[in-house]
Amino acid sequence: MKQFDYVRPATVAEAVAAAAQPGAAYLAAGTNLLDLMKGGVSRPDRLVDVTHLDGLDQIECLADGGVRIGALVSNADLAHDAHFAKSYPAVAEALLSGASAQLRNAATIGGNLLQRTRCAYFYDAASRCNKREAGSGCDARDGENRTHAVLGWSENCIATHPSDFCVPLVALDAVVEIEGRNGRREIALDELHRLPGNTPERESALEPGDLIVAVRLPAAARGFAAHARYLKVRDRTSYAFAVVSAAAALQIENGKIVEARLALGGVAAKPWRARAAEDVLRNVAPTADAFQETAWRALTDAKPSGDNAFKIELARRIVVRALSLAAAGTPARIAALPASPFASTSGAIHARA
Amino acid sequence: MPELNLTSAPAHLRHGSNIGQPLTRRDGVLKVRGQATYAADNHPPGMLFAVMAVASIARGRVTSLDVAAARRHPGVVDVMTSDHKPELAIDPEIKTNPFVFRMEVLQSNEVRYANQPIAVVIAETLEAATEGAALLAPRYETLPALVGLDAGESFVPPVVGVGNPTENHRGDVEAGLAAAEKQIDAIYETPPQYHNAMEPHAIVASWNGDSLQIDMPTQGLMLSLARVAELFGIAHDKIHIRSPFLGGGFGSKGLMAGPPVLGIMAAKLVGKPVKLVLRREQMYGPVGHRAPTRQRLRIGADGEGRLTALDHHARTVSSTFDDFYEPAADASHTLYAAPAIRTSHDAVRVNTGTPLFMRAPGEATGSIALESAIDEMAWACGIDPLAFRLKNYAEVEPITGKPFSSKALRACYEQGAARFGWAKRPLQPRQMRDDDGLLVGWGMGTATFPALMFQAEARAVLRRDGSGAMEIGAHDMGQGAWTALAQIAADELGLDIDRVEFKAGSSDLPDAGIAGGSAHTATAGAAIHSAGAAVIAKLADLAANDERSPLFGAGNAGVIARDGRLIRRDDESRGEGYSEILARADVAEVEARGTGAPNPAAMEEYAMHAHGAVFAEVKVDPELGQVRVTRMVGAFAAGRIVNPRMVQSQLFGGMIWGMSFALHEEAITDRRSGRVMNANLGEYHIPVNADVPPLDAIMVEEHDPHVNALGIKGVGEIGITGSAGAVANAVWHATGVRVRRFPIRIEELLTKL
Repeated sequence: MKQFDYVRPATVAEAVAAAAQPGAAYLAAGTNLLDLMKGGVSRPDRLVDVTHLDGLDQIECLADGGVRIGALVSNADLAHDAHFAKSYPAVAEALLSGASAQLRNAATIGGNLLQRTRCAYFYDAASRCNKREAGSGCDARDGENRTHAVLGWSENCIATHPSDFCVPLVALDAVVEIEGRNGRREIALDELHRLPGNTPERESALEPGDLIVAVRLPAAARGFAAHARYLKVRDRTSYAFAVVSAAAALQIENGKIVEARLALGGVAAKPWRARAAEDVLRNVAPTADAFQETAWRALTDAKPSGDNAFKIELARRIVVRALSLAAAGTPARIAALPASPFASTSGAIHARA
Repeated sequence: MPELNLTSAPAHLRHGSNIGQPLTRRDGVLKVRGQATYAADNHPPGMLFAVMAVASIARGRVTSLDVAAARRHPGVVDVMTSDHKPELAIDPEIKTNPFVFRMEVLQSNEVRYANQPIAVVIAETLEAATEGAALLAPRYETLPALVGLDAGESFVPPVVGVGNPTENHRGDVEAGLAAAEKQIDAIYETPPQYHNAMEPHAIVASWNGDSLQIDMPTQGLMLSLARVAELFGIAHDKIHIRSPFLGGGFGSKGLMAGPPVLGIMAAKLVGKPVKLVLRREQMYGPVGHRAPTRQRLRIGADGEGRLTALDHHARTVSSTFDDFYEPAADASHTLYAAPAIRTSHDAVRVNTGTPLFMRAPGEATGSIALESAIDEMAWACGIDPLAFRLKNYAEVEPITGKPFSSKALRACYEQGAARFGWAKRPLQPRQMRDDDGLLVGWGMGTATFPALMFQAEARAVLRRDGSGAMEIGAHDMGQGAWTALAQIAADELGLDIDRVEFKAGSSDLPDAGIAGGSAHTATAGAAIHSAGAAVIAKLADLAANDERSPLFGAGNAGVIARDGRLIRRDDESRGEGYSEILARADVAEVEARGTGAPNPAAMEEYAMHAHGAVFAEVKVDPELGQVRVTRMVGAFAAGRIVNPRMVQSQLFGGMIWGMSFALHEEAITDRRSGRVMNANLGEYHIPVNADVPPLDAIMVEEHDPHVNALGIKGVGEIGITGSAGAVANAVWHATGVRVRRFPIRIEELLTKL
């Protein structure tokens, strides 16, 4: 493979300085980056290994009732943190529905946010891809695109963001803490990922050198714990990216929804928060009709980007189901097949999480 | 345990000492500890690393390679291209026998398919070779790629599979269809699939003068050796191939492919040992795959539900430069007693690596279409699918009229159905739900696979210390040959398995034939049987002719070998240990060779097949369309079972392949570029543990006196047949939606649910 420099900074400041230079990339677990490097899709000159930085692997309960998750916490550690899973069950469920146990043990929270699309044309270095090489064209647009975007896409890019974790996070108003050349700042997760527009090569709001150091969930997010689910339809039962997924979270008081949160995965270049659809549910009873209307509202702007019109109908049905599951109440423990439509079937005996 | 009779073929008496026992894998601990040496684990001194550069176009030619840039990269030793390579002794385009396929070994700059090797970079490290290959930055003259089942003018190939006639018929199909009360006419499509063995193709090659040492996983040591000898113009005895373990082959490691030849060429070019291991994505091209098919089935039945005609046509593809045609329609030859059967094939040429043998080539693709169509026909007739199959049970092989050498399919149906609980199945689809509201469906399929045999040799030795040896260049590709063949060897030598040194996996041992066609245990087992009998006969001669032996005068006919002793058959109190016999004769050991081969007379007289019945339960989310198999029961009759533990494992594997065929596997090819877009195990879906339901494989007792002396049929591939159709039929039964394009995807069900 291409020769590259490997640096292991001792402090966050050193890391930011090292990564701010052109051709540098942060390395955490490398579960995505190493594949990209092996495939010649990403060819960094310098890897800045952040895995030895102190203080980024903690799950902290904040005084205001929120939680702060260090960027180097592994997916598995976060999902299996009993207090976290109880407070933010849909997030734990999403984490456990992603990848494989081995990958979850390695992958980090910060890296998960920045994983790249699974668009095959992005990974195929011989294909044209505006995301990989700005202005080169998009071979996915008229290619094999049944899994591509139905929301927020442009003629320049129809790729989706593959994360499960980000879907409930964006629903729950997660905030991303970033250390950059000009110090620390924070942005809403919803602002982190960009839609492609005319610049699909610019995937996030991060500037050169920016290092995600933590993800925060506000105290208010815990208010949904009793009615929060993640649901993910896949082409196989496990170890597959979502065809479409949804996170649904409700606060129900006296038989009425006080507040609703809804986000979709696998449908756009970012985890898709469906705010307009959430409004449908404010101060109404959690009924099938209300959920149907919500689903229609959530997909109002959807349009197929190729051979994927089915994803729009699938997304509507997933929204209805996820809301119904959330309304029914968060189960006491996460099922053996997390987020699966088959979560409760007896055939799940091979797949204890 | 053999009884010896010099006047006729040895009859086989068994005392249950080894064959039939569920021994655990003798190589299991080695594998679990990581001590089993696979090809790529070998690192001879001075070894260099070779990495292939492969074409990103599917058709055209390479116009330039930046060899200078690759050479400049630190650690790169040499770059092998079509202009700079060792010459081969023969043109790799020449087909010297039907088992020779054309390969790309840099003989020209033409590109015939995506991922074709176009150069090899040899370097001191894998990393340097990898980067060197990237730095070649090939330029191409690109022609439009031929992709898919409608890529061009179709033609009728001269043969399909390995020399099967392209068309077969018996009776008048059109008349049968015309006379039918019920008819179906349906088209089924199956996708291109890739073997995806866990272990990629790999070779470590070392030249020493004109001698060649090769470590390489192969399912066919001698076929590979002969091909290497031919290509490099060296004598067979100058080549040594070791292949003690394969990390799966599934047909892709049966014949010598281009990449390992490139490894040998690279070693010759640089004069040092070279290792070449394919990257996962490089396995989607030069090492074979299963071609896509489009199959049309027309079936007629009378008012009683008896078939009147069965017409099965398959369209498939081959490469633009060689011929292998998935014999899918042949699946209709053997199962159902239609008075009129016609099978036919046609093909188009596409820019792909030549399709080859993969997990029941033809049988699997044909089976999912046939079993779906039979299910559709049963429904059209309003008859339970099992009852329909029994009504059309073939008492003789339908296409030839030959009797079966044995056929316990009825018992398979009965035992499988009973274990599964089939009798409670509602005839109508979409009748069952579970407690969570998921749709539940039950489907079945009939399994069948021919009982094949190739030719093999074995060498048996009995030693003065009371031990024995059995030598045969057999292949353990994960199926358990190290164990099952050693069990046969122990029985044939009349020794405890721990007293038998069983040698396999090396080309300096007698030729075991190919580990393919589900024929390895039968073929190698027959050779072991024959060698064992021969060496016991020699030992018995020594004893019976020696007046100091208690066996003196017993004659071979009167001796049996058991527990390291020869015993008089008529008086079991009289016997003598092997050690004593050899010591008195003052010989260190006796040895003998034996051969195994199919019996042409029996093959002429009988149709020989393994059979089975597979029952599957699926659940389908009624709104979301996601499918999950929740239960599978297979009942298989495959003659003598040597090791039920290994066989169960193979049958499970086959059943999992079947569900994979129905629900998961598909190479997604870009219709413009001809490149496979999901050439990795993340996106080319095979079942993961969570997809695999509780499995049950019943081994139905079957005695076959005709297939071979041991009565063994194959079990390697039969599991995929029947299973794929059973899952597809269960999806229909759950939903009422008949999907005829495989794998069954969510979108095919979603809007129809």
